[in-house]
Amino acid sequence: MTGNTAQLIRMMAIFIPLLFIAGFYCVIATRSLIRALIGIEILTKAVTLLLVVAGYLTGRTAFSQACVITLITIEAVVLAVAAGLIVNAVQHTDSLDKRKLENLRG
Amino acid sequence: MASLLILVPLLGVILLNLPLRFLKRLAFPFALALALIQASLALFLPADLWNRIVVSFDGLGNFNLTVDRLSIVLILSIAIVLFAALFVGWFTIQDEKKRFNFINLLILAVIGMNGVVMVRDLFSLYVYLEVTVLASLVLISLDRDRDGLEGSFKYLILSTVATVMMLTAIALLLMTTGSTSFSEVAAALKTRPDYVTTLAVAVFVGGLSIKSGLVPFHGWLPDVYSSAPAGAAVLLAGIVTKATGIYTMIRLVTAVFGFTPQLKALLLFIGAISIVVGALAALGQKDFRRMLAYSSISQMGYMILSLGTGTPLGIAGAVFHLFNHAIFKTQLFVNAAAVEEQTGTHDMDVMGGLSARMPVTGATSVVAFLSTAGIPPLAGFWSKLIIIVAVWVSGYHIYATVAVLASLVTCAYFLSMQRRVFFGKLAEEFQSIKEARVGILVPEVVLALITIAIGVLFPYFLNSFILPMISIVG
Amino acid sequence: MTINLLLLMALTITALGSVLKKDLVKAAIALAVTSIILTILMFRLASPLAAVFELSVCAGLITVIFMSTISLTKPLTAQQEEERLHSRAKHFASLPVMVIAAAAVLVFVGIPTNFILPPAAPAGDVRNVLWNERQFDLVGQMLVVLAGCFGILVLFKERVKTTRRAGAAWMRAIPPTAAGDKFNNGAQAPMKDDEVVSETVPFESVGRKT
Repeated sequence: MTGNTAQLIRMMAIFIPLLFIAGFYCVIATRSLIRALIGIEILTKAVTLLLVVAGYLTGRTAFSQACVITLITIEAVVLAVAAGLIVNAVQHTDSLDKRKLENLRG
Repeated sequence: MASLLILVPLLGVILLNLPLRFLKRLAFPFALALALIQASLALFLPADLWNRIVVSFDGLGNFNLTVDRLSIVLILSIAIVLFAALFVGWFTIQDEKKRFNFINLLILAVIGMNGVVMVRDLFSLYVYLEVTVLASLVLISLDRDRDGLEGSFKYLILSTVATVMMLTAIALLLMTTGSTSFSEVAAALKTRPDYVTTLAVAVFVGGLSIKSGLVPFHGWLPDVYSSAPAGAAVLLAGIVTKATGIYTMIRLVTAVFGFTPQLKALLLFIGAISIVVGALAALGQKDFRRMLAYSSISQMGYMILSLGTGTPLGIAGAVFHLFNHAIFKTQLFVNAAAVEEQTGTHDMDVMGGLSARMPVTGATSVVAFLSTAGIPPLAGFWSKLIIIVAVWVSGYHIYATVAVLASLVTCAYFLSMQRRVFFGKLAEEFQSIKEARVGILVPEVVLALITIAIGVLFPYFLNSFILPMISIVG
Repeated sequence: MTINLLLLMALTITALGSVLKKDLVKAAIALAVTSIILTILMFRLASPLAAVFELSVCAGLITVIFMSTISLTKPLTAQQEEERLHSRAKHFASLPVMVIAAAAVLVFVGIPTNFILPPAAPAGDVRNVLWNERQFDLVGQMLVVLAGCFGILVLFKERVKTTRRAGAAWMRAIPPTAAGDKFNNGAQAPMKDDEVVSETVPFESVGRKT
């Protein structure tokens, strides 16, 4: 079974960083507020996958599932509040442009 | 006893929101009682009573919370800042409903921070960090004005990125050590340090640096501090950044990661840079709150520098400075709220000569700034002294010199602030302002008295407060 | 193994799709598809309960939140579109750069495969673990939900001005100073006690331009 595990680790080590990079890129290189949220979501999915893999590889699936469930709940609430912030912000500046909100520079 | 700090406020929040009319009036007294009770518990309850399990019916209620001296210092700080933020918020928010929401969110944030300082498990730490961050987020955007929403969104994005980094580290540590509780991870890290665990620790420290606002991840701090409404700013600047960032760093480095040479070098470096960048940036600020924000960055640099030495004296210095910073930064923000409310502006160039009309605010502001700059005999002097001595004794002479020089810069910009805002000639449009109302004066005076008391009574504190701190280090 | 590989590749492709697609609605749908693929992966990795949560919350609830946010806000106008494409081109390079950098690091250092802890005793039931060992996290979840409720209340509730109720004297709102109004969001002027004003400041949803 170790050959299998090693292969799984290799696959994950390639794809999970890719997911992370996609998420980071989305958060950094975008002008729309909603896209920043999409980036955060992708990052969260990457971490979820990492946690699940960690649980699977060490045999502690119960623990990792408990963590993942908690994580998902919390992130859903955070996202709802973030959506509320965006809707309010758009009301003020009439645009989804992130740069319109750079008022505080200085 | 420890779990009561979580459960009682939670119960309170739930009860306050039941649809009975008279309950809304109980919000303020309840929060005030909470602050006072928490402070007295922190000061007077003996250590073993803290860890006794009080609430436990049917297997529910065993929370695995541990309270040691470090946690007690934080619990006390949280209580004091809650007290100040409560008063400031209550008397500066006009709308009744908003005030009620403010108090509820304040209590939720405090529950979150209480949880953060009492847990002994990495994942529970994450959960309660998120509670605190979420409550703070809503507090920042309470006014629904454009700046507040922007600050809130920035804080959200950066905080979530930091959280993702911490979770990645937790997952990696889970893979190599099979658990997330502090003791087990620490034991495992000592026996098998290797490439993956180093990566996990590095990523974790990176996430924590974002949360504490250390350079180079400090970009969000000035924006958020200056855009939050008065009461929220007091809470944020006073305790949230410290409890979620610096405390977590101290706890994890001492209890879990251990003081490897690379970690110490990293902490020393980040601390020193934060001190310098924060101090220099504060010099050129016109906005009152932004200057205070950069000053915060600088002071947190001191704490991390002291932590980086790895010696018990250094750690004790960092914790003491954390407590002092909670007091004097809160004081400064309370004064800032008073000034803003009377003059309606943040801009220091416009203000001037306010101490003629606001004597108490001016005087307490002087106390706070002397403490920040590290002038004897106030509290800040002692904690800075301990830090500089600790750094020097560990052999990092250059860093110690940098710390001393930055102290002078701190003195300079605070002097300039004091002169611009409080002394000098009174501008015309401010002829009619009055002293801040009683509600804001109360926390101002209390905080100033605490600062003076700690400074003057320091020898007593040295034996009962500081030296036992060293015992928490292994 | 090959199934996992295929799933992982599909996951990455849909994730990249949601990052790169111009239309926000299509990006949100791509995100939902990513969630579904992740669910299948999690199921294969012996985490069925977590997979169900992921499916119902992420692929369902969060997509709904995204859709409603997108529909409550205007899309970019034509001029902004052009500016956006322009700035996109500048940043676009950073994606392949990051990928190549990460690949270089991985190749250079090599992927260690011997750091995993050997499997422990058979795992308990998730339900047991959650209730018996991680109660504090459950309380934490409760707190997060409470904070989120307040957040939504604060952010979405319409502001209704009404007369002051009779109440404890010390709780009557202290009359604001002249300068204090600058900080209130322009809304509430100081009121006399007998005034009955019932005015709803509506929460305007900015409509979609066709």
